[in-house]
Amino acid sequence: MKSNGVSWGAFLLLAMCFGGALQAQEQGSEEFSSRVLRVALLQDYNTRVVMAGTVMLGATSGLVGVFMLLRRRSLLGDVVGHASLPGIMIAFLVMETISAGSGKWLPGLLVGAMASGFLGVLCVTWLKRNTRLKEDATMAIVLSVFFGGGIALMTAVQKSPSGNAAGLNSFVFGSAAAMTAADVQIIGLGAVGAMALCLLLFKELTVLCFDEEFAAARGWPTHTLDLALMLLVVSISVIGIQSVGLILVVAILILPSSAARFWTDDLRHMAWIAVGFGGASAYFGVLISALFPRLAAGAVIVLAGSVLFAFSMVFGARRGILRRWRIHRRLTRQVGRHDLLRTVFELWEQSGQPPETPLAGYPIETKALLSARTWSPAVLHRWIKAAAKEGLIATDGSAARQLTALGAREAKRVVRNHRLWEVYLITYADIAPSHVDRSADAIEHILDCELLEELETLLQKQYPEMEVPPSPHEIENQ
Amino acid sequence: MIYEIAEHLSGWTSLDTWIVITAALAAMACALPGNLLLLRRQSMMGDALSHVALPGIVLAFLLSHWLQAGGWMSRQMHEAILHPIFFAGAMALGVLSAVLTEWVQKLGRVESSASLGAVFTTLFALGLLLMRAFADNVDIDPDCVLYGTIETVVVNTWPGTNIPRAAVINGAALLGNLALIVLFYKELKISAFDPALATTLGVNATVMHYALMAVTSVTLVAAFESVGSILVIAMLVTPAATAHLLTDRLSSMLGISLVVAAASALLGHAMAITLPPVFFSRIGFPADVGASTAGMMGVAVGMLLVGAAFLSPRYGVLSRSARRFRLRLRIVADDILGLLYRLNERGSAEQPRTFLQIFRGAMGVGRLQTFMAFRWLCWRGDVAIQSGYCSLTPAGESAARRLVRSHRLWEAYVEKHFGVPQSQLHHSAERAEHYLSPRLQEELAGELESPQLDPHGRPIPKPDNPPPADGA
Repeated sequence: MKSNGVSWGAFLLLAMCFGGALQAQEQGSEEFSSRVLRVALLQDYNTRVVMAGTVMLGATSGLVGVFMLLRRRSLLGDVVGHASLPGIMIAFLVMETISAGSGKWLPGLLVGAMASGFLGVLCVTWLKRNTRLKEDATMAIVLSVFFGGGIALMTAVQKSPSGNAAGLNSFVFGSAAAMTAADVQIIGLGAVGAMALCLLLFKELTVLCFDEEFAAARGWPTHTLDLALMLLVVSISVIGIQSVGLILVVAILILPSSAARFWTDDLRHMAWIAVGFGGASAYFGVLISALFPRLAAGAVIVLAGSVLFAFSMVFGARRGILRRWRIHRRLTRQVGRHDLLRTVFELWEQSGQPPETPLAGYPIETKALLSARTWSPAVLHRWIKAAAKEGLIATDGSAARQLTALGAREAKRVVRNHRLWEVYLITYADIAPSHVDRSADAIEHILDCELLEELETLLQKQYPEMEVPPSPHEIENQ
Repeated sequence: MIYEIAEHLSGWTSLDTWIVITAALAAMACALPGNLLLLRRQSMMGDALSHVALPGIVLAFLLSHWLQAGGWMSRQMHEAILHPIFFAGAMALGVLSAVLTEWVQKLGRVESSASLGAVFTTLFALGLLLMRAFADNVDIDPDCVLYGTIETVVVNTWPGTNIPRAAVINGAALLGNLALIVLFYKELKISAFDPALATTLGVNATVMHYALMAVTSVTLVAAFESVGSILVIAMLVTPAATAHLLTDRLSSMLGISLVVAAASALLGHAMAITLPPVFFSRIGFPADVGASTAGMMGVAVGMLLVGAAFLSPRYGVLSRSARRFRLRLRIVADDILGLLYRLNERGSAEQPRTFLQIFRGAMGVGRLQTFMAFRWLCWRGDVAIQSGYCSLTPAGESAARRLVRSHRLWEAYVEKHFGVPQSQLHHSAERAEHYLSPRLQEELAGELESPQLDPHGRPIPKPDNPPPADGA
């Protein structure tokens, strides 16, 4: 929970930095800040139109991307994006042929794009199933061949002097700013439709992603479901082409969902977070590109997604790097403490003193410890310092250190765990006494109370008292 | 239509020849590293690298521009190092994207394709943004980067000659790649097929990986300038994939991919100057248009790939289905022989059988296949037809005896060793009978101590001429 709070705090900080950077861009300019407000609060009709379309698109792509990510097919969106170009061109040509001047009717172009994007996906599947080529190669091939064909058609169309083809290349890099209300209606309808289909099939797609065989065994039409998912990807890519451009359209499928993955392990939460991230990156992308007309909206939307992704990768509450690093550090420290205490105990045991000598107060000698283990002096000092901080080791003014009573108790517990496991391995797993040390070394740190109790009951006959059993093998000093 | 195409082709000039040569050199230079990407299953990495080269070039351009504007560099020097700096920029970003992908994958535990997609789209968007934002300083046209300017390749020639500059650069890239592959052939081969083995043999797989990324990036930029990024993407993996469908040896795969790349350059350019006019004039467009050679080369190499996918002698769809069909026919023919033998065994040997009876013998396959298998048997001389009745010839008789022997030996074997109930013996024997070789049959017979009867109590026929024992 604590790490969660930290992450959300960092999130807010990021948002504030973002706003601050915007402000700093033209500091003191009253005009600029009022423009930010105007755009951010959607006071312009034009911004409102573009924003509505893009945010809907971003949210839906986040949702669909979640399933693509889980099916490990993220790059398929890239194939669809590139493969839709020839369809756009052919649709343009067909419409021009039917009646001159009608070539850029958006629904027609989108139908063409969908058809050829879907054909591309089918080609990938066909090649994968019928030739010896692997999936990555089939994707690269279909992508490049379709795109090459699209470019060939496009150059031919553009060289034709009819002049109507001028805006067609905006599909390659996208032009969100040029969206009209009619375009937004289409995009919005498509996005809402895709979102509805996705939510309707949520359960089915979930099972498909996690356990395809199970779904098939339950009699679900996995093939049809797979096709439905492909259809969703194709439609998202196709309606995304106008705002983000066909080269970058894959980003709005990948980035929000992969970013959401860092925050949760629950698919439903992940889906909602991805929807939020997708919508947010679209919002910020349009916002920034509206403020700085030179920045293409498509690229900014993608970069906003990238910032969210990078941020989630570091601060993510579930799988973020920081959290994992903290867990890892805690574990390393624990292992180091255990090893230190056990080594001290073993030195005390071997020192040949009468058994009545108390363990507490046993001096910690760096030299002896270093020769007993493969620690470097720096590492040893770190562990000693950490142990001193926890009150396991005390310094009485001088340079000499010794175990405290607490330290002695803890050392006994650690050694006891280690040896109980060793004895267990020797007795029940039939492992040679000379081989048990290594495996006990790994397991002693994570033995929990229940397991210890079980071990104690199992080994009761041999060690009736709750004392440290003798080592079943010779302790060698490295 | 053919006449029209020939007419357009007759306008072929030395310009076209130079275009094809340049394009072929660029394509061949790209195809070489493409082979390795394909075998290492990093095809999409090639796609990513070709996108990432854009920010590399833009950054290099901006850097050199700022250096010049800041007075650190003279104008002449700026002109002179512009090209090397492009290469350096693209190479740096190519390696950077590979490193970043690896980081995202390892540190963030993101699935590999998703991390690749996240990294290269980010870098590409960054490049696009920089290019637009500093459009006054950066003299790069995105369309130009995308489609290339191969149509005007002869304008810019290498000083002192009339060879196009682009041809020289791409030729150098091709030679460099060839030299590298020849030098490190063994290492490349082993790390492509078995990275773990390569590591144990002391070939540093990580270094190989990044070196490949760097070399690919340099090749991409060399090709970029002249032929555009489309061609580069298409030429990286597709020729290699075509070659992969045709051969199993790495050396011949490299060779074939070079041939495919060159062929697609020729075919692509021919298509670019002929097809659009021909088709466009049919649908009412002006006829004096041509399409991008780079794009058409992509289409051409795609056609070559589809051709290989269908016609490849070993892995082609057609040859494989032909093999499968032949096998199915052989099995049906075997079944017909077995049926005739059993009918003979059950009734009197002389009782004639009509073709229809065979047909009703529940072959479990289509009528057409049964008929074809039957004709095949007749043609082979195993079955003879006399006045509408068919019977086994002596040759057919011995073939049938071998088959039935194989069937019944298997039944006996399975019953003895696996305790399968009698009613279920037939099913597995029905499959096994077709591929038990005579030697295996003898081994089975020896193992069962030459049984006379199968588990159902039917006699196991003896072979005509028992094969000689091993070593005889």
